[in-house]
Amino acid sequence: MSDSVRNTIYFAGVALLIIITGFVQSWNTALFILNFGLISAIMALGVNLQWGFAGLFNVGIMGFVALGGLATVLVSMPATPGAWQAGGAPVIGALMLGAATVVAAVILMTKMKAGKLRSFSVFGVLVVGFFVYRGLFDPAVGLIEDIDPAATGYLGGLGLPILFAWPAGGLLAAAVAWLIGKTALGLRSDYLAIATLGISEIIIAVMKNEDWLGRGVKNVVGLPRPAPYEVDLQSNTAFIERANGLGLDAVTASTLWVKLIYAGLFTVVLVILFVMAQRALHSPWGRMMRAIRDNEFAAEAMGKNVTARHLQIFVLGSAVCGIAGAMMTTLDGQLTPGTYQPLRFTFLIWVMVIVGGSGSNLGSVLGGFLIWWLWVMVEPMGSVLMNFVTYGMTDGYWLKDHLLESVAHMRLLTMGLVLLLVLRFSPRGLIPEK
Amino acid sequence: MIDFLNAFVALSNFVLIPAISYGAQLALGALGVTLIYGILRFSNFAHGDTMAFGAMCTILVTWLFQSWGISFGPLPTALLAMPFGILATMGLVLFTDRYVYKFYREQKAKPVILVIVSLGVMFILNGLVRFIIGPNDQRFSDGERFIISVREFKALTGLKEGLAFKTTQGITIVTAVIVVIALFWFLNRTRTGKSMRAYSDNEDLALLSGINPERVVMVTWLIVAALATIAGTLYGLDKSFKPFIFLQLLLPVFAAAIVGGLGSPLGAIAGGFTIAFSEVMITYAWKKVATYVVPEAWAPDTLVQLLSTDYKFAVSFVILIIVLLFRPTGLFAGKSV
Amino acid sequence: MSEPFLIGDSMTGGYGNGPDILHDCTIAVNKGEIAVIVGPNGAGKSTGMKAVFGMLSLNKGSVRLDGEDITALSPQDRVVKGMGFVPQTSNIFTSMTVEENLEMGAFIRRDNYKDTMTQIYDLFPILKEKRYQAAGELSGGQRQQVAVARALMTQPKVLMLDEPTAGVSPIVMDELFDRIIEVARTGIPILMVEQNARQALEIADKGYVLVQGANAFTGTGKELLVDPEVRKSFLGG
Repeated sequence: MSDSVRNTIYFAGVALLIIITGFVQSWNTALFILNFGLISAIMALGVNLQWGFAGLFNVGIMGFVALGGLATVLVSMPATPGAWQAGGAPVIGALMLGAATVVAAVILMTKMKAGKLRSFSVFGVLVVGFFVYRGLFDPAVGLIEDIDPAATGYLGGLGLPILFAWPAGGLLAAAVAWLIGKTALGLRSDYLAIATLGISEIIIAVMKNEDWLGRGVKNVVGLPRPAPYEVDLQSNTAFIERANGLGLDAVTASTLWVKLIYAGLFTVVLVILFVMAQRALHSPWGRMMRAIRDNEFAAEAMGKNVTARHLQIFVLGSAVCGIAGAMMTTLDGQLTPGTYQPLRFTFLIWVMVIVGGSGSNLGSVLGGFLIWWLWVMVEPMGSVLMNFVTYGMTDGYWLKDHLLESVAHMRLLTMGLVLLLVLRFSPRGLIPEK
Repeated sequence: MIDFLNAFVALSNFVLIPAISYGAQLALGALGVTLIYGILRFSNFAHGDTMAFGAMCTILVTWLFQSWGISFGPLPTALLAMPFGILATMGLVLFTDRYVYKFYREQKAKPVILVIVSLGVMFILNGLVRFIIGPNDQRFSDGERFIISVREFKALTGLKEGLAFKTTQGITIVTAVIVVIALFWFLNRTRTGKSMRAYSDNEDLALLSGINPERVVMVTWLIVAALATIAGTLYGLDKSFKPFIFLQLLLPVFAAAIVGGLGSPLGAIAGGFTIAFSEVMITYAWKKVATYVVPEAWAPDTLVQLLSTDYKFAVSFVILIIVLLFRPTGLFAGKSV
Repeated sequence: MSEPFLIGDSMTGGYGNGPDILHDCTIAVNKGEIAVIVGPNGAGKSTGMKAVFGMLSLNKGSVRLDGEDITALSPQDRVVKGMGFVPQTSNIFTSMTVEENLEMGAFIRRDNYKDTMTQIYDLFPILKEKRYQAAGELSGGQRQQVAVARALMTQPKVLMLDEPTAGVSPIVMDELFDRIIEVARTGIPILMVEQNARQALEIADKGYVLVQGANAFTGTGKELLVDPEVRKSFLGG
């Protein structure tokens, strides 16, 4: 069968799965899966840009997603009154000083000849810079965090509409990715993996601890939304009438309607990004990227600046992940750094890319939906399975209890198994690269 | 004079002993990683969860022994159970090699593919461990808790500062020393060990010399299984066993192996201690020690803590990045980037 | 004419499924002889030797050692049969000591090889001096000696060397050739590919000039050195 027919069947299949979930479980669940599936698809698209185009193995996706989430806070929350006056300037000053110290150290490292003098100077610059930075930074942070810590205790944001946060998330992620890429992209693939993993850990650690920035683990709740609030809908008479006309009660209708709005917004973003990615893939630039990926030595011999190209891709892919991160935090309505876990995000996205088809944009989107659906549905399906397995056992029997409890862990097992099976028997994925 | 003694005791209690113990645990983990890299030529992301698996098996057998009333006197029963944990883990790694990694080895797949595959194995092991033993904290240590407790120390010396030397810390150090000596003896003095080093050094020439690659691979996995189980068990005894903690340990363990030089066993040990000491020293509040050492007038008000303890893992990572940028082959010039 | 001790007879083949590099090429060496393969760059000299060692598949022709047909054997099996092979590059274990390199050379031997090691140290005295040093730390010429010594540890019936003097200075090259002659004196036939044609032919009992994968000239070393055609082609007249 031709490719388009096959692809349509795949997508129809996934759509069917989601619809069936709607019937069997609930429409809210189905829409939840759809929305997160859209977000996952975008993340998979970003990762595929890096892997499929350039062969870069980025295990730090979670960090960029988190940065996107941070951007929503920085863009859309109102500025905390008094915070900027109290400590805003010193904090920015201290950060710039810190950056200047690092830059100075790097310049010294590269310009001076190797030897004791250089080591001393670099060390000295770093030590002095560090203490001055702390001297400025700590008191300012203390002042900021003292302002009503229960409710705010942080700098706040720009108070702009939240939709601006999505591209802002992309930009923030891109900026950080540029910095990281400049330093880490010369490394071999598995070293790059470890480096990016570590960086994402640091980003999350910073977000969890620097309360003045994003309230840390106290979380920022009540983010503004692009969609109406369910409670508002439920007290809107026109809406209630329409809902009843469709045979739904107001509460259910409001939740469904809000989710649909999000789904619509997310789909628009996905389509835009997908079209851009496809155009890039088939452009001369895209062909060059893949040529580099397939034979780096030859490409370099032909004068292509491989590192610069890799940096481009790394930044672009991370920016896409940042956008998705901003969207996700918008959907959640809150920024909770504690929920960013490496397992859930980074590795799951990788399974999506590989199962869907590494190197293929359409494949990543498909993988995003399919794997996300599987991730959510493993638990209820596992429950059913376990109930079946323990059918004959008496209640209270330790094995039965244990098995029933461990259903939650079947997700990880299943994902690992899926990844290994696909890599072994169908390594090019469902929709292979052209 | 008394002040210096107090300072030294405080330093030992909060920095030296914990760092040495943690360093030994990291070194054992890093040894496993470095062996796999040197001989099987890929970074095994599943190593952390292999440690978890090994520790888990040991814990299960420990509980069994404890229920049978078997104990080891002042030492933890887990030490008796460890050989069984090692055996189980050996079975596991040989199984995964035969049914997962071998296929890609025969295809001469790129190293990055093997890394992704090890991710899959990691997922499965992680799920398996949680499935079997649950995600919660597990206590399984018994026997004497302290070789010398704070109170005993203060009574003995009359100093203001106390020193606690936990049994588990002592065991960690002793076990690590024994394991390292045994490993180095094996690698440097036995025919099989030398053949493994030769294979790691120059694969083609090793094959030409008649060295059997499958045998080398098998022995490597067996050693790695033992190292992982011991490292995991010791860490679990000393700190605590929680399946998710081993994923977090992956970063410092890899950092240790890379800093020391991937492929170099000596490097793994050096790296382990470097990372451990850095983490502990940079996040330690030096106020107490400083107060003893400097004159009254200069005594610090603040904690004098370079980085908060929340950033502990960041420390190992920053060291790693610095090493990768300026000396990618690591301290002991292992295989280059 | 008696059968040579080692002969790659009318070999035609290439790497994998690629085009043929060798065309009906014959290389042989008798007991106690040094046979040398020379020719211009890209002539297929190393390929010819690798074919004798079994590192590429032959479409036509055969390889026989001491009368036995070994065409189907893998390189490792040929080592067991008594072939010693020293590759051009990457021919020592750089991170291991000189002595450990020799031990690895003798890996397939199950008997006590102490005597062999003593003999080898007599042949290469400088290696005895540096026996506990890491092989990677030695100079280029010394490393080549380690490589040859390593191959000799199996007490091979024939020794094959792929461009042993590649990249070494002329003085070191002389020293290496001296060593090779000493080895030949112990009775082991030597088959050698060499870039330095003149010096190689001077010590050769038999010479094969290969051009584009086929035999162009064959004769004793002395014959080839004075042959006007050979001299014109690439000995510089």
